[in-house]
This record gives sequence, structure tokens and C-alpha cells, in this order.
Amino acid sequence: MSDEYNQNNTPLEAQSSETMSGSSSSKTDIDYVRPAELSEQDLYHGKSFITKWIFCQDAKVIGVQYFLTAVFTGIVGLVLSWLMRLQLGFPELVPFITAEHYYQFVTMHGMIMVVYFLTALFLGGFGNYLIPLMVGSRDMIFPYVNMVSYWMFFIAVCVLMASFFVPGGPTGAGWTLYPPQAILPGSPGSGMGIILMLTSLSLFVIGFTMGGLNYLVTILQARTRGMTLMRMPLTIWGIFTATALAMLAFPALLVSCIMMTLDKVLETSFFMPAIIQAGEVLDYGGGSPVLFQHLFWFFGHPEVYIVALPAFGIVSDLISVHARKNIFGYRMMVWAIVGIGGLSFFVWAHHMYVSGMNPWFGFFFATTTLIIAVPTALKVYNWIITLFRANIRMNTVMLFCLGFIVTFVNGGITGIFLGNVAVDIPLSDTYFVIAHFHMVMGIAPLMVIMGAVYHWFPLVTGRMLSEKLGKWHFWITFLGAYSIYFPMHYLGFIGVPRRYFEMYDSPYMASAVGMNEFITVAALIVGAAQFIFIYNIITSLRIGKPAGKNPWKANSLEWLTSEVPPVHGNFGEKLPVVHRWPYDFNVPGSKEDYIPQTTPPSEVIGAEVEKT
Amino acid sequence: MSDNTLNNLPGGYKGMAHDMGSDQTAFKGVQWGKFMMWIFLLSDTFIFSCFLISYMKGRSSTVVDWPNTSEVFSLHVGSVPVPLLLIAIMTFVLITSSGTMALAVKFGYEKNRKMCAWLVLATAIGGLTFVGMQMFEWSKLIHEGVRPWSNPFGAKQFGSFFFMITGFHGVHVSIGVIFLFIFARKTFRGDFDTGKRGFFTSQKSDYVAIEILGLYWHFVDLVWVFIFAFFYLW
Repeated sequence: MSDEYNQNNTPLEAQSSETMSGSSSSKTDIDYVRPAELSEQDLYHGKSFITKWIFCQDAKVIGVQYFLTAVFTGIVGLVLSWLMRLQLGFPELVPFITAEHYYQFVTMHGMIMVVYFLTALFLGGFGNYLIPLMVGSRDMIFPYVNMVSYWMFFIAVCVLMASFFVPGGPTGAGWTLYPPQAILPGSPGSGMGIILMLTSLSLFVIGFTMGGLNYLVTILQARTRGMTLMRMPLTIWGIFTATALAMLAFPALLVSCIMMTLDKVLETSFFMPAIIQAGEVLDYGGGSPVLFQHLFWFFGHPEVYIVALPAFGIVSDLISVHARKNIFGYRMMVWAIVGIGGLSFFVWAHHMYVSGMNPWFGFFFATTTLIIAVPTALKVYNWIITLFRANIRMNTVMLFCLGFIVTFVNGGITGIFLGNVAVDIPLSDTYFVIAHFHMVMGIAPLMVIMGAVYHWFPLVTGRMLSEKLGKWHFWITFLGAYSIYFPMHYLGFIGVPRRYFEMYDSPYMASAVGMNEFITVAALIVGAAQFIFIYNIITSLRIGKPAGKNPWKANSLEWLTSEVPPVHGNFGEKLPVVHRWPYDFNVPGSKEDYIPQTTPPSEVIGAEVEKT
Repeated sequence: MSDNTLNNLPGGYKGMAHDMGSDQTAFKGVQWGKFMMWIFLLSDTFIFSCFLISYMKGRSSTVVDWPNTSEVFSLHVGSVPVPLLLIAIMTFVLITSSGTMALAVKFGYEKNRKMCAWLVLATAIGGLTFVGMQMFEWSKLIHEGVRPWSNPFGAKQFGSFFFMITGFHGVHVSIGVIFLFIFARKTFRGDFDTGKRGFFTSQKSDYVAIEILGLYWHFVDLVWVFIFAFFYLW
């Protein structure tokens, strides 16, 4: 009995004693790394099909589950945008698109894309897959909670999709769900539709909180030996800060959802002023609709950065790897991410310049909004300086990164227009706003997602995506997206209002007709081009070129796993030990053009590496 | 966690800079679960803040007068109305349960299984008493005609905010009570001594779980202090 016990434990004992003695033997050793302070993580290894692939506790599988679910909702959102564009470009071409349906499409498109697609994809998808691999841990710290997080998200998506099939259909209140109209019979889906939407959002928040706790604690408390905060890839910094924002911003959404649900179901009057509807005085009275706007945008503005910050982080890494050059101003980039995150909590009311709040408020929020331009511009300059005189590989990943920089700068500049109260008031609720936020938080993060998929697909599946299809995909998406959103700026300037079902015969918008048709055609083409991408993914799973280990010659830990694609537990028997940041590309004096994070200093003695 | 690596760390502000700049963990020696609970509580603080700020906004902008809280919340002893009597007892019970919880954590770390278990059970019973008294208060107000959508004493938002916020807090207390009972059973059974694996999570049990639950419980108490101040004393 005791023999058996010893036998089972020998390898573990040997391993831990070796790490301890190996590191503490000589303090002057240049390869010295602090000894391990964490014991081996206790992982649950799934045995059956269900515990391995469905209720799986492996963060990588959960990441892929999140990714696929988010992409599914994203496709629903894409189809909804097609329907909207068909109505705007060719009114009455499709008979079933009535005004009510149009508003429902607008609402569901917005909510799906912002919350269920982009947030879930970046934090749930990329976050789950990359965090444990990039910080060098075996898994998230609480795999069980992480698994529940995905299934909560899944239920939230199911509830959201169910709202398409209830009497009255999904809510048509606009993605901001402003009361009082969101819950009054005048707007479509004000019955079960809005209740399901609010329920689904609450479930999403609960599920996300479970995941978010995992991401934050894993990054702060479960890094591998040698992985200091300032040696983490910027991807992790972006995801980390975005998760922190989400943990503090989603509460406001949860509270506003609960209060509005009560307003709807129990006829409380949190957000509802006295209202006369069709000559009849309703039971509501004394509530404040602006309170909802404050709560919603206290969530809503950080939400923009919840989507943008992971994109900033990921694109920094992609640019650095594919330009074979260290990221310019790494620390500046980190502090810019953290700074943007902090500032994002003080700008929310710039969405409410026309809500009737005190004008001095507008002044304050315009100032804070414009201050955000400083760290953001800093990041853009750093990306460009990173590219300057770099050894750029013009592959699909790099194309998407360049596409990101262009669309992001474009959307950022229009943001400066809209941040100023005096400029915003004539432009608010026009197509200029649509153009602005689709450029800055629609297309720009999407470019990063696509670049990231081309970059990490070889890691996840072990096969490369087709470059040829990828380039087609990029150019159609990029040029097409510009064809869609660039004319919208002009539409906004001539005063075409957003959220209008049809322009009817307003003579001053005659010039908008042709442009709307053009935009619609472009939107249909860009949407269809995404199926090239899906086709590429599906076929490459089977016939893609085998990627082998580290096909991009990157430095960060996710490429240095014992097996490709990585298996449960990530790193084989021993966790990697980190000696440097992940950006040692083309270091003078080193033989290879890259030095992985695990390479000890004694192996690259002549190289003039950055001190990190 | 091996202890020898965590000795001899610098203290004070230097220690903070050192820990933040070091590898592996940013908060040395802090268990994952405990840290996770702290972040959750921070997030939950934002939820309660949003509720209470909405309440302040609602109360200060209502068009009808807010009911006189010392009358609405008074209890009749004989025929004399005593303001805040029930709330005083409720608050006392809840704060006392925080004390028993703190002792349970102490005895837990001393591996005093029996004492720890009894104290966790006492905390659970304190929490249950609180929830019971809150149900009594709710039914008293409902009996007097206060509803989420209307209120005979003044502004209708009074009923809405009162039931929503005390209800949300009550759900927190009830969840805490359920977990306290589960943990009391686990402690009596000795799960934390044997390191029995959790039914769902398959993670080993440890007395740190008592402290994590304690953090949650103290937080719920603290929130009650704010709700008490904002609803009953304002």
C-alpha cells in the first residue's frame, strides 16, 4: 500500500524539488529566475465526450465554444444588417420589412453586435484561449466557474434568440433601450420582446462576471516563473484592462435591466414619468428617463473600450510579430491602455448631449472625452513607428492590421467631431454618428478579429488558413467597408437622420437616394465576403497546410507548448520559465531574428536585448 | 504555496512596488479564491452603488412628498409607536452574525473543527433570523397598503425602491444563509480537514473557504449598514 503511494508520487516530488534546487543554487547566475511560489494546479481532466467537449473545463475548449457561439450570433446580426440596408437602399423591395420589423432589426443588430458578438468574442473567445497560454499557466484558476460562465452565455444567447419567436417579436426600442418608449405599447416588441432582452442581458452579465473573475485572477495571480506584469504580451494587457472595465461597468447595466424589468412587469415608475397614452392617463408617474440614460451609458461607454482595448492589445502583438520588430514604446502602450480604461469611466454623458441635461455637464464630458484622444493617438503613433523601417511581411494578418490602423484613425477623427458639444448637436442622430461608431468600434475591431484568426488559427487547429482566399477576403472587406461607411459621413452632413425606416419624398434628401443604393450594394457584397472567410476556415480545417510548431516565428508562450495544438494542461510536464518580454525580434547580435520568451540569457550572450 | 519563497519580502510601499514588479503573483500569498471574492465584491459594490444612487436620484426628484420614514417603519409596543425598533433589532442581529463569522474564521484556521462549525451554524441562524424579520417587515408594509407600484403614504417610488433594494439585499443574505448551512455541514463532516473534493468543482476543500464565505458575509452586512442609513435614517 505504502509502496504504491510512493510510486505514484515520485515524479511529482522529483519535479518540485528539482525546480526548487535548480533555481536557488546560485544567485549570481544570469539565468536566475525566482523560485516557484505556486504549487501545481489541480486540474480536472475530462474523460467522457461530455466532460471533454461539452461541459468542458479546459479554457481552450471554452474559448472555442465562446468563439463559435459569438460568431453564430454575429452572423444573425449580419443578416439583420442586410435586411436594414435593403430597406434603406431599395424601399419596399422586400415586402415583409415593415417599419416595426425595421426597428426590431436595428435593435437586435446593435445589441447582438456590441454585446453578444464583440464582447463575447474578445473576452470570452480570445481571452479564454490566450490568457492561460500567454501567461504560462495550465488553465484558468477556476475551470469549473469558467465552464459555467460559458453556459450562462449560451443560455443568454438562447433567450435572446427566443425573443424572435415570441408574440410581438423582439424589442424594437433601439439598442439603447431608452425608456419610456421601450416598454410602452407604441414600440414593437414592447411585450415579451423587451422582457426577454432584459433577461438575456442580465444572464449575460452574470455569466460574464464568472468568466471575468477568472481572467483577472489568472493574469494577476497565476503567471509562470519569470513572467512579470511588464513582460506580458500587450494582448493580455488589453484583455486584462477590458475585463476590469467590464467588472465595474456591467453592474450599471444589470441594475438598469432590473429596474426596467420592474417598470415593465410590476409597473413601478423608476424611469417612467407621468404619461398619457391615446388619451388615457397611465399609472406611471414621477420617474426619471434620464436616470436610465446615465446608468446605461455608465455601462455603455466603458463597453466601447471593452471592445476596443483587447483589439488594441492584439493588434500590437500582430504588428510586432509580422513586422519582425519590437513594439515601439511597450510601457507607453501599457499605460495608454490602462489610462484609456480609467478615463472611460468619466466620459459617459457625451452620449447624452441632447438629452436635456445641464449644459455644464456637457462641457465637463466634452473635456474628458477629448483627453482620451491623447493616449489613443499615442498608441496609433506607436503602431506606425513600429512599422517604420520594419521588416514587414505583407501577409493577410499584416493587411488586416494595416486596415485596422486606417479605419481606427478614421473613426477616431470623427470622434473628435462628435466629442464637442457644439459640433455634436447638429450631427447627433444622423448617419455621421453611424459612420463614426461603425468605423471605430465595428470595422476596426473586426479587422483585428480577422487578423487574429489568421494569426492564431494555426495554433488552434494545427493548419494554416489559405493566404489566397485571405487576401481576397481582406480586400473585399476593407474596400467594401469603406464604401459603406465613408459615404455615410456625407449623408450625416446633409442631415439624413438615423433610425428612420424610410426617407419618403423629402426633397432635400434626393441626393441621398443614389448613395443609399450604393451603400446597400456594398453592404451585401461585404457581408457575402465573410462567407469566403467561413469557407476558408472550414476547408482549411481539412486541407490547410500543416502549420508545425511556431509558424510565424513568434516569441510569446502560446507558440511554445509541448504539443501543437496545445492539449489540456497546456505545457507538458514543466511550466515554461520566462526570461524576457515577447518582443525580441531582430535583436542585433543574435543568430535568429527572434528570441522566444523562454530563451535564457546565457544562450544569447552577444545579443543586445532590451532589458525587461 | 511553498512558504520559503514568500519569506523575506520587503514590506511597506517598497514591498508593494516589489510585488507588482515581480513574476507569478501580484499579491503574494493571497489565495486565488480569496482574491476572486474580493474582485467579485468590488463588482457587487458597484451594483449596490448604482441602486443607492438611483434611489437618491429618485427620492430627490419625486413630485410627491416622500413618506415620513420614522412613522412608516415604526412598531407599536402596546399603543406607543417606537420608531426603528424592528430595524434596530435586525441590524443588531446581522452585525452580531458578522462577529460569529469572524470567530468561525479564526477557529477554522486553528483547525478547531467543532468550534468553527458551531460558529458557522450560529452565523447561518443569525442570517436566517434577519431574513425572517425582513419578511415580517415586508408583510407589515404590504398589509398597510405599500406596493412596488403604489404607496398610500406618499411618493410611489418609496415602495418601488424599498422593495427592490431590500429585496436585492435580502437575496444576497439568503444566498449567504444557504451557503452557511452547506458549509456548516461540510465543517461538521470534516471536509476541510480531510480535503474532500467538491461535488461540482472537484477541487480540494480547505479552511480558506470559510474565510472566503466570511468576506461575502461581512460585505452583505456592510451593505446593510448603508441601506439602513439611506432608507431609515434619511
